[in-house]
Amino acid sequence: MTKPRVRWHIAVFLAPAVLIYSAVMIFPLFNTLRLALYSRVDQERIFTGLDNFRTLFFDPIWAEQFWNALGNNFWFFLVHMLVQNPIGIALAAILSHPRLRFAALYRSAIFIPTILSFVIIGFAWKLILSPIWGIAPSMLDAVGLKSLFAPWLGKEEYALTTLALISVWQFVGIPMMLIYAALLSIPEEILEAGEIDGITGLAAFWKIKLPLILPSIGIISILTFVGNFNAFDLIYASQGALAGPDYSTDILGTFMYRTFFGFQLQLGDPHMGSAIAGAMFAIILVGVCIYLFGIQTRMRRYQL
Amino acid sequence: MNKARTNPLNAFAMHGALILYTLIALFPVFVILINSFKTRKAIFREPLALPDADSFSMIGYQTALKQGDFFLYFQNSLIVTVASLALVLLFGAMAAYALSEYRFKGNTLMGLYLALGIMIPIRIGTVAILEMMVATGLVNTLWALILVYTAQGLPLAVFILSEFMKQVSDDLKNAGRIDGLSEYTIFFRLVLPLVRPAMATVAVFNMIPIWNDLWFPLILAPAEETKTLTLGSQVFIGQFVTDWNAVLSALSMAILPVLILYVIFSRQLIRGITSGAVK
Repeated sequence: MTKPRVRWHIAVFLAPAVLIYSAVMIFPLFNTLRLALYSRVDQERIFTGLDNFRTLFFDPIWAEQFWNALGNNFWFFLVHMLVQNPIGIALAAILSHPRLRFAALYRSAIFIPTILSFVIIGFAWKLILSPIWGIAPSMLDAVGLKSLFAPWLGKEEYALTTLALISVWQFVGIPMMLIYAALLSIPEEILEAGEIDGITGLAAFWKIKLPLILPSIGIISILTFVGNFNAFDLIYASQGALAGPDYSTDILGTFMYRTFFGFQLQLGDPHMGSAIAGAMFAIILVGVCIYLFGIQTRMRRYQL
Repeated sequence: MNKARTNPLNAFAMHGALILYTLIALFPVFVILINSFKTRKAIFREPLALPDADSFSMIGYQTALKQGDFFLYFQNSLIVTVASLALVLLFGAMAAYALSEYRFKGNTLMGLYLALGIMIPIRIGTVAILEMMVATGLVNTLWALILVYTAQGLPLAVFILSEFMKQVSDDLKNAGRIDGLSEYTIFFRLVLPLVRPAMATVAVFNMIPIWNDLWFPLILAPAEETKTLTLGSQVFIGQFVTDWNAVLSALSMAILPVLILYVIFSRQLIRGITSGAVK
């Protein structure tokens, strides 16, 4: 017997992907977590353990910004879960109706905002909501609701919710498509069996389809969570790095950018930036673990 | 026949809801596009009117093209997107083939390792990525962006493609082996052409986030000659905030290429998403 020869081709097939992925993604990820444990003192990098995290969580100046950004981020996520996903599911439910005409046309049109960049979206809405241009107030005027108008993006109490709704408007296409795909994969026999038992229309949706698409709703929730907790572009594009007015739209992404890169008078600090990245990593990890171990394994799956 | 399924009132309500939402989705894009072709006066006087002979003007486009190097930005975006996609597809397919075709020690572990990146966003590692790019002198080159986007796209590509490669028939590959083809020839000549639809799905999935990204161009390649279209329009608009003609034209110029690509690829994209590639 000869020894099994080394199958070099396996290594050749794997090498490029593994090298790039390890060097540009995994290594920097851990390196960032490591950098969070250092500080720069007099041009020298010294190990300070968890000091940066202590500063971030407990130092009055830092902590206020951090908890503000974290709270805003949770609100941002909540708005997505409560508005984006239900609308997406409702649209998908209508679109998947077997005898609907022009379904492909609606689907493509509703997906258009999703393909545009945050920069475009951010500015477009900024212009439309701007009191200078007056599209939003004059449209509200047309339906007699002019008194409701306010410069939403400029008011502390509305700005974050407005931005979250803009983001919802942009991304509704994703839950819509994924749920639509899930709904299409439900076999016709199941729905027919329900019909024979007298379950039709809305009842069929609540009692048959919804339980069957729960796993997809789970996936959408975790995608939304991860996406929201590393969001940055929309807020940076429409409100700038200071996430105004008065930090009311600051989320973890913008906070990390400001800290790490510096902005105006504030000097950049890569180590504090890494600490914030570490906190984001922990939050996302906890979210993903809750999903994988708490939700996904417990969800009832039906064999279709 | 079932009543609920054919009720005309129901159909009416469904179309009503869809039309309403379609209008909401398209309205801002429409307003930006029509106003970019109008004079400054017309933009403010009748923002919702279509441009006519009186109000038509290309002044915004002239300013934007003179002041910002939009062709260069566009070219940069195109190079970065195409190169990253090519690398993601090639390396992703190779790794997916290794994982799905051969049994070797650590196969499952390697699969899990590569799948880590699906859930963890690469942005978390930005600080160290910037440090590495500075150390290797890649800052302000398109290569920095290409490498980052390749790394970002690989996990999902490997995951999706290996699902598809498992479906390629063993008989075909074994026939190739009997004919004396090398493993490389089997992969490139027999397997790759068969998973082309899956590759297209991966490509459209990766295209949009790469093209639209603002974070990495802002941090890794903010120099004038490496600006991507997204960053370029962001900076341009920031400088010309008060010149509404220029801002609206810049926005339109950023929207149009994506919109055209979307019209061409939308069928592929939607089929990709709904074919259950993401489970």
